[in-house]
Amino acid sequence: MSFQIVAEAKKIAKITLVGEVDSLSAREFQKEIEKLAAESPDELILFVENLSFISSAGLRVLIFAKQKMGTGLAIYIVKPQESVLETLEKTGLLHSVNVVDQYL
Amino acid sequence: MIDNRIDYYPTHEHEGIKFRRGHTLPFGATMVANGVNFSVYSSSATSCTLVLFDRGADQPFAEIPFPDEFRIGNVYSMIVFELDYERLEYGYRMDGPFNPAAGHRFNSSVILSDPYAKVISGRDTWLAKPNWDNVYPYRSRLAFEDFDWEHDHPLETPVEDLVIYEMHVRGFTQHPSSKVKNPGTFSAIRAKIPYLKELGINCIELLPIYEFDEWENSRQSPTTGETLVNYWGYSTVNFFSPKAGYAATGKFGMQVDELKTLIKELHKNGIEVMLDVVFNHTAEGDHRGPTISFRGIDNKTYYMLTPEGYYFNFSGTGNTLNCNNPVVRNMVLDCLRYWASEYHIDGFRFDLAAILGRAQDGSPLSNPPLLESLAYDPILAKCKLVAEAWDAGGLYQVGSFPAYGRWAEWNGKYRDNVRKFLKSDPGEVGGMIQRIMGSPDLYHQRGPTASINFITCHDGFSLYDLFAYNEKHNEANGENNNDGANDNNSWNCGWEGETDDPKINFLRHKQIKNALAILMVSQGIPMVLMGDEVGRTQKGNNNTYCQDNELNWFDWSQLDTNADLYNFARNMINFRRQHPVLRSPTHFQYWDSVGSGYPDISFHGTKAWNCDRSPSSRSFAFLLCGDHAKQGIVKDSMVYVAMNMYWNGLHFELPALPPEKKWYLFANTDMPSPADICENGKESLLDNQHEFLVGARSVVVLIGK
Repeated sequence: MSFQIVAEAKKIAKITLVGEVDSLSAREFQKEIEKLAAESPDELILFVENLSFISSAGLRVLIFAKQKMGTGLAIYIVKPQESVLETLEKTGLLHSVNVVDQYL
Repeated sequence: MIDNRIDYYPTHEHEGIKFRRGHTLPFGATMVANGVNFSVYSSSATSCTLVLFDRGADQPFAEIPFPDEFRIGNVYSMIVFELDYERLEYGYRMDGPFNPAAGHRFNSSVILSDPYAKVISGRDTWLAKPNWDNVYPYRSRLAFEDFDWEHDHPLETPVEDLVIYEMHVRGFTQHPSSKVKNPGTFSAIRAKIPYLKELGINCIELLPIYEFDEWENSRQSPTTGETLVNYWGYSTVNFFSPKAGYAATGKFGMQVDELKTLIKELHKNGIEVMLDVVFNHTAEGDHRGPTISFRGIDNKTYYMLTPEGYYFNFSGTGNTLNCNNPVVRNMVLDCLRYWASEYHIDGFRFDLAAILGRAQDGSPLSNPPLLESLAYDPILAKCKLVAEAWDAGGLYQVGSFPAYGRWAEWNGKYRDNVRKFLKSDPGEVGGMIQRIMGSPDLYHQRGPTASINFITCHDGFSLYDLFAYNEKHNEANGENNNDGANDNNSWNCGWEGETDDPKINFLRHKQIKNALAILMVSQGIPMVLMGDEVGRTQKGNNNTYCQDNELNWFDWSQLDTNADLYNFARNMINFRRQHPVLRSPTHFQYWDSVGSGYPDISFHGTKAWNCDRSPSSRSFAFLLCGDHAKQGIVKDSMVYVAMNMYWNGLHFELPALPPEKKWYLFANTDMPSPADICENGKESLLDNQHEFLVGARSVVVLIGK
């Protein structure tokens, strides 16, 4: 598997994505989101410092997260690499998420 | 929840893939709970097979013949379960007769694109070398409709307020001087929105962005050795899919999102998006062309055929889409509705639109059902509809295009009249008076907004070249300079091509400014060609359809080298935006309906109130009374414009203003920059309020306030 998920289903949900999220691993990502959705978190924190590529399927999971948990959900993307940030920017997803350098 | 309903359960299985009978409508591939609904029409196929690929795979992973009982009428439909929406590529094989005389060209060995596909893969990065042995080169894919538009909505700008900017997606930013991250893409246009706003335009019209193949008819240029490509893109592979190669994210299959992001951002900045759409022909060419989709799915339905089964060629490109066949008409409608609702497109310009008014046998119809359907369509009700009102088969309908109160036209007569006037031809003043007023001679019933005024467009000389070349120079196209139009009405100002002569160069710049000034003070809707505001040159090539190079790319360094042109264009466009009297929604009446003491429009010459319209005249002036702006609803200044295309300066007597008002100078193209024009609101008071010396081949714009 090309990435790992560490999930803590409190009010703040944290997921770490590592490596590449392609269309296959995006399915697992989506399953984790579905699990977290049951807990209705207020914030979803994605640690992506070591994520080098995210496919369209992976990006669609972010949209799915909003659909599943409501538009009130704040999504934080922590330390994205340039290529990931650019893809978010070009496809218009950047306005739906908060990009931050660190999350304490 | 729909996922829990039991409607969608598999009833059939083929090599481990589960499926059931599908919905006949909508056509195309639609995501349903846990599956995809496929639906395709063919009037004459004898059987159909659904072909499924994993993304990029050489061979399909499944081929599922539609069971006979899945066909309703002439529509094949099925729902296939557990497909990966992200990775799926699909197509069809159609079996049926190969009998060209009867109109049939079925060939079940070919895998066909879905005419209703929403994404096509295969040309994902511009000019990336394709695998020529691909069994299925243009692959249909699924599009997601989860884009978050927030509060966006088509802008519905009043049509008379538009200033259109005709743009090629790649050409706008591909030049290295653009200094953007992803040159040549939708994303790069977004980066240049501040430029467009500053220029003052409020609508971009994009040359075709439906998926096409830039490799079509590619070859080497005999003069430069460069690869010549299908650059303009007037050759549609699929009508519903945006061109992947125009998206930086096309290689990830996210062109839909990138284009929508661009449109949303343009709308936020008050800029509309109009698409140049090509419904007159497809990329399949004539009987020698490739079979991509339509020919193999239902040749007889999609194309106009001669009695012998060959292709009518009213488009000049090999085939003609059979637009007034009811099935094809519905496809065109479905397509435009999709772009209007799914992409928030504000308007459409129809390439060679006269073809859309031809019957299935090619004869012109007096009441073409397609044009009428588009005009009355509920979803397209607020879209701008613009026709290129001629075709390559000799049907010329400028002024007579069936309009149904909706359609505007590219006004070819405006272009011709203004060009001849600018090069000092005799006998043009009478025509110019009509053009300045929004061509009431052509559009008496339809109003000035029926007239899209343009002097240049992608097809023909750029504005700079109009004043630098007497003749076309198309050798680089590899057709022995036989391609492209010969009636350019251009004038090289005394030297063919580039020159160091400062007098000639000054005159060329002045002529460009004259042209821009005339365009911006004419009633109707002005359209500016990308780059004309900075003197873009095509080196005399008037048919750059195949040139993916500096002949077509916007050179951003010209913003500096031709700063005087840019400054003039920006101020002139913003002058139009500031003065509603220039943007009347209805024709002027030639009389004073608001009691201002002045008619809405009046014509003048070297003597006020006395316009010389004789054949030898090469100059005139007009006065717009601001109290009549927008039918008297808003107040504006008086605007006086004098145009002298005579080769000597002429003294123009100025019409008298009401006592409380004075004449101010806004623009005088005879002056060197920056004295040629000023920022709006900073017009300078004239010393002489009674007369103005208008230089040779010059335009002067005054306001009375």
